[in-house]
Amino acid sequence: MKISKKSSAGSLESSDLMVYLEPMDTIKVEAVSSVSTSQHQKEIEALVKKELKKAGISGAYVKVQDNGALNLTIKARLKTAISRGIE
Amino acid sequence: MKFKTRRTMLYIPGNNPGMLQLADIFGADAVLFDLEDSVAPNEKDAARDLIANMIRFREYENIEITVRVNPIDSPCFERDVKEIVASGKLNAIRLPKANSAKDVKTLEKLINKYEKEYKLKPGSIKIHPMIETAIGVIRSYEIASSSDRIDAITIGGQDLTANMGVSKTKEGKEILWARSQVVMSAKAANVDVIDTIFADINDEEGLIEETRLIKSLGFTGKAVINPRQIKPIHAVFAPSKDEVEWAFEVIDAYEKALKEGRGVIAVRGKMIDPPVRKRAQRIAGMAYLMEQE
Repeated sequence: MKISKKSSAGSLESSDLMVYLEPMDTIKVEAVSSVSTSQHQKEIEALVKKELKKAGISGAYVKVQDNGALNLTIKARLKTAISRGIE
Repeated sequence: MKFKTRRTMLYIPGNNPGMLQLADIFGADAVLFDLEDSVAPNEKDAARDLIANMIRFREYENIEITVRVNPIDSPCFERDVKEIVASGKLNAIRLPKANSAKDVKTLEKLINKYEKEYKLKPGSIKIHPMIETAIGVIRSYEIASSSDRIDAITIGGQDLTANMGVSKTKEGKEILWARSQVVMSAKAANVDVIDTIFADINDEEGLIEETRLIKSLGFTGKAVINPRQIKPIHAVFAPSKDEVEWAFEVIDAYEKALKEGRGVIAVRGKMIDPPVRKRAQRIAGMAYLMEQE
């Protein structure tokens, strides 16, 4: 399954994140964060890739702008963005 | 001793991860994750996904987790119920605008379906109908007694006054009859009864006054919209020193009578029957809770 249209979910509030999705043939994930280290950004990218795989997504460009979100929030926002992007 | 009570149920907007993740630190007896009024129509899906994940993965401690879903006639209703039941650790669903026993049955059927689908303990998720229309008030006993899953009913003052075509005042005279009716229905159905919110978070004196009123009417707790409202409400619901002493005298006398095989007991010259003993246990439990805080 591939992302068929641009979508997003979340906010830039503290403890939240913005997830932006765009159609793409392969998977590309980019995470930026105002509050965490580059190591943590890599962890977010790995988490997003894992969740995309679980959701059966084989094509998407994902940009994550983190503002100190818990992993469970990252997963929830990604899920919402995916369902909005494949509608 | 674990004593389950609902003096305060704290509303938390469903699309706010910062508040949701801290839900159990404010000291409320229960939290009410909201999918209805505090969530914008185009964010209902996001709030649903977020709440489901919070319940599933955040290990909340010593707090009752309830979720207010969207009303039965909303396109979100079934999806709300499905996703939050699937989260697996939910205590109760608050049903807004419950206007009849049929409304409760509709929710009950869905919970039955998804409890089975997600292999959860049957009957573990409770229902808290919200009475917030004139017809709901009139039918409140029918609603309160319509399902074994109901262990509390609640009144929603803002929607009720809108439905009545009047303004909600601080004094609340316009909903006094409705409050009394809802309490009576809850008592008849033997379930808890939770009062509406007090909207002015800066008026602690007004909050205390209103809590004293609703406690005297028979409410067992109150919904709150700000953590600052929790302590004053708990203080109003705290039993007096004399009440606590009486409660422990009753419990001791009952246990002694039980050991001695006596059926009839009296404390301070008054006969103690099961409802009085139950009240004593409630007061003792409340005293225990106050000691912990």
